[in-house]
Amino acid sequence: MVRPSTMADRVRVKALMPPGHVRAPAYLRGKTGVIERRLGAFGNPEQLAYGHEAEQKQLVRVRFTMEELWGDVAEAPKDTVDAEIYEHWLEKA
Amino acid sequence: MPHDHHDHLSPSGHPYRQDNDGPLTYWQQMEIAVRELLIEKGVTTPSEIAAQIDAMDARSPANGAAVVARAWVDPEFKVRLLADASAASREMGFDIGPLNLIAVENTENTHNLIVCTLCSCYPRNLLGLPPDWYKTREYRSRAVREPRAVLREFGVDLPDSMQVRVHDSTADMRYIVLPARPAGTDGMTEVALADLVTRDSMIGTGLPRTSG
Amino acid sequence: MSDIDGRRWHDMGGQTAGEIPLDGHDFALWEKRVDALMVLCGGKGLFTVDGLRRALEDMGEDAFEKHSYYERWIASVNQNLLEAGTYSLEELAQKMGEVAARGASYGEAQHDG
Repeated sequence: MVRPSTMADRVRVKALMPPGHVRAPAYLRGKTGVIERRLGAFGNPEQLAYGHEAEQKQLVRVRFTMEELWGDVAEAPKDTVDAEIYEHWLEKA
Repeated sequence: MPHDHHDHLSPSGHPYRQDNDGPLTYWQQMEIAVRELLIEKGVTTPSEIAAQIDAMDARSPANGAAVVARAWVDPEFKVRLLADASAASREMGFDIGPLNLIAVENTENTHNLIVCTLCSCYPRNLLGLPPDWYKTREYRSRAVREPRAVLREFGVDLPDSMQVRVHDSTADMRYIVLPARPAGTDGMTEVALADLVTRDSMIGTGLPRTSG
Repeated sequence: MSDIDGRRWHDMGGQTAGEIPLDGHDFALWEKRVDALMVLCGGKGLFTVDGLRRALEDMGEDAFEKHSYYERWIASVNQNLLEAGTYSLEELAQKMGEVAARGASYGEAQHDG
């Protein structure tokens, strides 16, 4: 888990594939990006989805290049995708 | 898609989905039953449901267009909008509930596009309910991989010099594009400018209308 | 449909897909009612939007292809309310039976309001 105070500017989305309700899209898992902005803490959807009390998780916007996501077949390598990712899905890159 | 037999058009020009006169479907039966149980249990009331429908019906792209037009004419408002789009929308009197809104700005070298690849998150409390295409497999799948090809299907052909930024609404934020103000609109009033702002221009699949 | 082992059907970003269908429709009253019930139940803390999505995802790809948006929503709202214990399956079954017995059209089966 990467705490916001220590969060590197470059982060990688964990390449995990659990079942169940997860908000880290598969196409971003294992991909590296830079933190675009920090959004504060929100209830963990992986707990809310099953009707449980939720821990507060830091949420950040991460920016990925098309080149990082799609490699040689990227439509335009320097275009970007931004997505919101919870802290427990991120590791330092 | 089921329900594709349309007999007539609604006032907006869209096909009207058969409702009250059509055969009762299993899902309509469930809706009526769930609604009545919630009322019988004291969870909600008919007037509360009607008020919620009215509140949602009152939300439309015109709300977002008013916010965009204000940002075009008031540089200080634009700064506030880009810093906190929820607060700026509330400042204009729009009831957006708990919506966490981020505005992303189109410039002469940046074009923004909004999608939700995991479901169909949309800034509904400002713009109203999303268009059908926003919820399709085709849009959700392709917008993050080939946004330029997607934009061409919407009639927007961007030069290579323009950078595309796609925003995937994966969690608690919702997004609205602040389109670039069209050239040749210097003398226009805020109200007239708002008429140039289309729904699609605030999702990023369109550009504002040009004046005249 | 999936190029990553374990990827779930709803997780569509980056998949190959065809031309985007641009035709739209206005929402029917029953659909607006489903939307309103979701918002109201969420506001009252009966379940969350995450619970709504979780049940939608668990319905599987078949439901996504076969059923309309608000058909899936009412199924998910109902699933979450059953799980929350707001009403029992027995109560739901009886009520759905009563509704169906009122008439063959939505107009006849609904009560006003």
